[in-house]
Amino acid sequence: MARGVLFDSTLCVGCRECEGACAKRWNQPYDESIARTEKISYRKLTTIQTKGENFVRRMCMHCVDPACASVCPVGALEKTKLGPVVYHEDRCMGCRYCMVACPFNVPSYTWNEPLPKVKKCDMCFERQSAGKQTACAEACPTGATLLGERDELIAEAKKRLAEKPAEYHPKVYGIEEVGGTSVLFLSKVPFEQLGLRTDLPRHALPQNTWAVLSHVPDVAAVGSVLLGGVYWITHRREAVARAEAKGGAR
Amino acid sequence: MIDRLKKLTFWQWVFAAVMAAGAYATFVRFFYGLGASTNLNDQFPWGIWVGFDVLCGVALAAGGFTLAAAVHLFNIKRYKPIARPAILTAYLGYLLVVVALMFDLGRPYRIWHPMIMWNPRSVMFEVGWCVTLYTTVLTLEFLPLVLERLRLRTPLKWMHSMMVPLVIAGCILSTLHQSSLGSVYLIMEGKLHALWYTSMLPVMFFASAVCVGLAMTIFEGWHSAKAFGRPLELPLMQGLARVLAVAVSTYLTLRFLDLLHRGALPLLSEPSTETYLFMLEILLLALPALLLFRAHVRANPKALYACAVMVVFGVVTNRLNVSVTGMERAAGVSYLPRWTEVAVTLAIVAAAFAIFRLAARHLPVFEDSEHEEEETPAPALAPYEHAAAQGD
Repeated sequence: MARGVLFDSTLCVGCRECEGACAKRWNQPYDESIARTEKISYRKLTTIQTKGENFVRRMCMHCVDPACASVCPVGALEKTKLGPVVYHEDRCMGCRYCMVACPFNVPSYTWNEPLPKVKKCDMCFERQSAGKQTACAEACPTGATLLGERDELIAEAKKRLAEKPAEYHPKVYGIEEVGGTSVLFLSKVPFEQLGLRTDLPRHALPQNTWAVLSHVPDVAAVGSVLLGGVYWITHRREAVARAEAKGGAR
Repeated sequence: MIDRLKKLTFWQWVFAAVMAAGAYATFVRFFYGLGASTNLNDQFPWGIWVGFDVLCGVALAAGGFTLAAAVHLFNIKRYKPIARPAILTAYLGYLLVVVALMFDLGRPYRIWHPMIMWNPRSVMFEVGWCVTLYTTVLTLEFLPLVLERLRLRTPLKWMHSMMVPLVIAGCILSTLHQSSLGSVYLIMEGKLHALWYTSMLPVMFFASAVCVGLAMTIFEGWHSAKAFGRPLELPLMQGLARVLAVAVSTYLTLRFLDLLHRGALPLLSEPSTETYLFMLEILLLALPALLLFRAHVRANPKALYACAVMVVFGVVTNRLNVSVTGMERAAGVSYLPRWTEVAVTLAIVAAAFAIFRLAARHLPVFEDSEHEEEETPAPALAPYEHAAAQGD
């Protein structure tokens, strides 16, 4: 029961309606020069990138087990049951670990604000909670951006691959990458040609950390006993020596 | 006034200049924000305030727990005279790490948030807690110096009865967060360059922290001797140097085996910035380790000092390699700190030196051993002795 987005690059005509709708949803300015900057930033939370004859959309991938939410020391980023990864600005202290940890380099920071914050796509959490579509999916005139249940979107993507094998690179991006993402891609060309990283681990990244972090209580317990024991042994030796010296004198 | 200015030494001028630059940089940071005061951006969100001030600051403070464990737990009494300066360095180190964090955090006034807003899956959360608790432990370990100075004997007695559990807690907390600073980078699989990315990162960070802790103890022993006209405790330093040589060799063996098992060694044939800086890091550690195995090097105070400095720079290079060099390729940008970042860092380091000097002058940091000779029976003036007696 988690929502997701299927972006089909073969249907995208690069009209950038999604960009404009996204800017409007965030009350941000949007003009020609912003449109031309094909980079995710604090003022552009989604972007269309031109890759040769193809267009690709970049946005937060809303990982199934997101690195950003796992590393945040104050829980300012949260993977909701609904699917979107949302940001609680009132918790954030600005350590920017989320930005360093994100395998897709998605979160942006408002570096020049006196009280800076993280900016990222939240898959229109509020709109979706109210039963509405995301702004981008609603705005897309070709159906390149499709909103739905992640499971159903995966089924739909596989159906498209099976029906028109000639038009697609035979893979769905986002099923396995970093343990799965809620945003999925279909493309005519191999994904690297769209600038998507294909060398990513196939497991959820928070597992790397948890493998170590889960042992912290054990280390603390065993270490305390060990060091306490070392103290006892080293100082006991002294006490015995002192007692023996006394006994000898008597 | 002019006469007083004329009396300032070269280093006092340098200190004043560094502090002035630091003050201006602080103004820029807090009035114009991170964007104006750093070269950080969305592609490269962590710079030298994290890579040097925090990662190196914590590592360089590792002498505190290493020496505290050696003296109070392993009962190696001869190192006692240098345990206090090491604990003082550690205490200063951690306080300055917190100061550095106040610069780096986007919203420094929320630094206390991890105390109430928990996320136990986050390494940063664990580091935050460990550093907070350990700074508290260090405050308590440092307190006897102040109490002695003020001749407050009753609270001093309480402190002594707490010393052993405190030292054990300090060692555990240090072990945990020294290694956890390595664990911070475990999530960056595929981002951090393969010369540094390994699932062994926490072990590597812990082992190298012990090395640099020992090296810093020699470093500050040498400087204190010079500054206060005391003779260098050469036999002690030689003993430390032997331990240092073994510690660095162990660490380098670990590093080599890890690279070998991961099949990362062939990367070194690639002529890249990463390769060169990796080589530099290893050289700065391997050379002093080899030298320190020779008795005549250890017997020469200057050579000993040079070796300790090399180890310090070796570990600093390692931390910067992990946090900057190793991250650049994946980020697709190159990062050089802005002058304001450097100015703040230098000012923090200069402040550390100045405060250490002040403390060493006005608190019984180095007097421990002397007092003992004169007044061994008075437990109030021979701290730690009492704690030792309690455990018998």
